[in-house]
Amino acid sequence: MTSSETKRDKSTWSGFVLGMRLGFPVAPGIMAFGLVVGAAAARTGLSFFQSLAMNFLVCSGIAQLVALEIWPPVLTWGVIATIALLTAVVGARLFLMSVAMRPWFGQMPAWQAYAGLFFLTDATWLIAMRYRSDGGGDVAVYFGAAATIMAGWLAATAIGFFAGGFIVDPARYGFDLVMPAFFAAMLVPLWAGARRAWGWVIGGAVAVAVERLVPGWWFIVAGSIAGAVAGGYLDEPEE
Amino acid sequence: MNADLATFGTWIAIAAMAAVTYAIRAGGFWLMGYVPLTRRVRSILSALPGSVVVAVILPLAVRGGAAATAAVLTSLAVMAWCRNDLLAVVCGMGAAALVRAF
Repeated sequence: MTSSETKRDKSTWSGFVLGMRLGFPVAPGIMAFGLVVGAAAARTGLSFFQSLAMNFLVCSGIAQLVALEIWPPVLTWGVIATIALLTAVVGARLFLMSVAMRPWFGQMPAWQAYAGLFFLTDATWLIAMRYRSDGGGDVAVYFGAAATIMAGWLAATAIGFFAGGFIVDPARYGFDLVMPAFFAAMLVPLWAGARRAWGWVIGGAVAVAVERLVPGWWFIVAGSIAGAVAGGYLDEPEE
Repeated sequence: MNADLATFGTWIAIAAMAAVTYAIRAGGFWLMGYVPLTRRVRSILSALPGSVVVAVILPLAVRGGAAATAAVLTSLAVMAWCRNDLLAVVCGMGAAALVRAF
């Protein structure tokens, strides 16, 4: 067992600052992605305030790109339903991340937990999980990381909105691979022994197989569930 | 009705996306409120982060081409070696840019 479920939350300013700092490694990648999403919003014909509202309220780069891709000049209810459905499909992995937040956020007042979950993104979640697996319990760290990421995201999408035409291809400098690289780096602190690694092997195999067979992003959901259940059952069985 | 959509359609679509995303972000946490956190469940939940990470990067490293593979492997290696996530990400990006340049 690696969890530290007994630790009580407390909120500190130094925790918030630490969280902000933990957000820095991913900030460049999120901002590069933000430039692209901002430019796409402008190209689609959204006003600046519409773009800003979407970036803050939805705050899910891939979902927004996919939605903007199919966004017609005149919306119909059918298109709106399709956009909502696509948003759900692309965001499905966030549901699993939300599940994993229960042991930690379940200890705090509901309003705080549900406010915090608004800021749940791949990056904030990874930072939170890593901090938590190191034994941390200060919820301000989560909000600090969310602040860095949201600020970087909003700034970059705004720049992208106005400077869209001038943006160079982010792939040229490897910016499009920042998130995968950050995910890979996070694997190291999440390492919890060889026994758990079998769960990763099983989950990874399922993910690769599903990615080949099923279109879309379902491979993340399928692989994650398979890996977690396998890992959970391979863990020392002491009831 | 469609006249409304011409005026407010974009806002309605943004609101729909926001509602769906928040429902997903809060939904998993909410649902787990009804599942007793037994030792087994905790064990599965604590295995979830690593599994999500593997499920995201492995298909990418396998199928995403040489640049993605280079980024993932380099970042992993640098992180294992010096435990600095910023350096790991920078090196991963550098490796991808290098692979693409040649």
